[in-house]
Amino acid sequence: MITVDSVTRSYGDFTAVDDVSFTARPGRVTGFLGPNGAGKSTTMRIIVGLTSAGSGTATVAGRRYVDLPNPGLEVGVLLDASAQHAGRTGREILTIAQRYMGLPRRRVEEMLELVSLTPDEASRRVRDYSLGMRQRLGIATALIGEPDVLILDEPANGLDPAGIRWMRGLLREYADRGGTVLLSSHLLHEIEVVADDLVVIGNGRIVAQGAKSDLLRAAGSIVRSTDRGLMARALGLEGVTCSPAGPDGLLAQADASLVGQIAFAAGVRLLELRPADGAGLEEMFLELTAETQRDHHPEGALA
Amino acid sequence: MNRDIPMSRIVTTELRKMFDTRSGFWLLASIGLLGLLATAAVIAFSSDAGLTYNTFATAVGYPMTVILPIIAILSVTSEWSQRSGLTTFTLVPHRGRVIGAKAIASVGVAVVAVPLALVIGAVGNLVGTRIAGVEPVWDLTLTNMGTILLGNVLGLMVGFMLGVLVRGSAGALVGYFVYSFLLPTLAVILAGSQAWFRDLQPWVDFKYAAGTLVDGTVTSEQWAHLGVTSVIWLIVPLAVGLAVVARAEVK
Repeated sequence: MITVDSVTRSYGDFTAVDDVSFTARPGRVTGFLGPNGAGKSTTMRIIVGLTSAGSGTATVAGRRYVDLPNPGLEVGVLLDASAQHAGRTGREILTIAQRYMGLPRRRVEEMLELVSLTPDEASRRVRDYSLGMRQRLGIATALIGEPDVLILDEPANGLDPAGIRWMRGLLREYADRGGTVLLSSHLLHEIEVVADDLVVIGNGRIVAQGAKSDLLRAAGSIVRSTDRGLMARALGLEGVTCSPAGPDGLLAQADASLVGQIAFAAGVRLLELRPADGAGLEEMFLELTAETQRDHHPEGALA
Repeated sequence: MNRDIPMSRIVTTELRKMFDTRSGFWLLASIGLLGLLATAAVIAFSSDAGLTYNTFATAVGYPMTVILPIIAILSVTSEWSQRSGLTTFTLVPHRGRVIGAKAIASVGVAVVAVPLALVIGAVGNLVGTRIAGVEPVWDLTLTNMGTILLGNVLGLMVGFMLGVLVRGSAGALVGYFVYSFLLPTLAVILAGSQAWFRDLQPWVDFKYAAGTLVDGTVTSEQWAHLGVTSVIWLIVPLAVGLAVVARAEVK
């Protein structure tokens, strides 16, 4: 169980994490979703005490991370697979973790086998590892202490499709045995496949959270009309927030019947009106991404 | 529930981490290799009268006084420069314990390495004088050996302090060379030209004050010099560095 309560962290004028609260529960995979730079990594670093929170608290298994006597046995952490001494071999890096935690030596070989690093690869220096191999080594380091909680930052980066499938299976099984998994990604699809709960973050703030099934269901309505501006104003007057979706559409945070009623009253001619389903989450996510992304797609390419 | 990670385990793990990389291994190996080279050079080039235990011990010890601080520097800075601190400080979230363990491990290395150099020097003295056909001269007292060890530990702690303060390998190494070569040279020049500095030097020049540890007997005034300069150049910056490390983000 991971509990994050009103955590805020600023760098000068920039608020990287703004009043973030969420819970990752046992037996579930919690997907932590947001575009690059949204505050996912900072939040995770605050949970494990590498960065201090300006205000708010984060606890793991009911205690602050720094108060865990031997954290590796309770929480498996993988924040950046490349953050290893390039001159050490993979096996040596696992051995160091095994020693800090006071585990039997055989755990090292067991973990190498679990993440499919061959003895030959384990004897190579990490400098010569691909990103995928580093992720496997990082997973091994996180799991070696048999913790009940896993915190993984973008673990699928650099894995090939077979590796990604392997990782999903591993996390699913881990959660099904009662483990807590907090998993971040900037790719909606990647998280959608494996997560039970979603926490969506953008510009440091939580913009949506809950069970994946609820979020996908209650995601508002897509409405297309001949006059998007007029439609948006009409919705706004009735207190319904909306955002552009596609060339002439809007994503309205209300169910279809209310949106239809507003359109009718305002005399807007509709082209399409339907529940947003998963598309709502995707639209919301793309919108978050649009503000920070570098590549500008022509209008409509996102639809 | 789980028990705290014992300090002894952190110390032995940090010790292992000093020498489990190629650079760490070669730094350690170079102490031995350079020591052997230095012994050979003394035998080859020294006059018969110069063949004393002190000569050998100094020759073997010199590479060590340079390399030990570098080992201490890298033990601290690699956690930041190589970013392995991300793992280290999540597995042992009390940073003070990790840094303390590194300090103990570094001093431990000096405590083993210095007597080893004295042994190599003694062997060199026996072999060298036999080759030259002269009687071996044993001109180092136990007190001498103790102060040599202390001098090396102090030098190593300077490296350690720079590592904690700078937290980057390149910067800390540059700092170390400024500390041990540039500043002492400037101090010599200053003392040569400015009378007021000549009286002040023992109280502010750490290298000068520590030099008495190698030269021989240390008077009580010289101990005072050493204490004062250690506070200025070692204790205070170390305290600043530790305070920063305890709070700084590990990235």
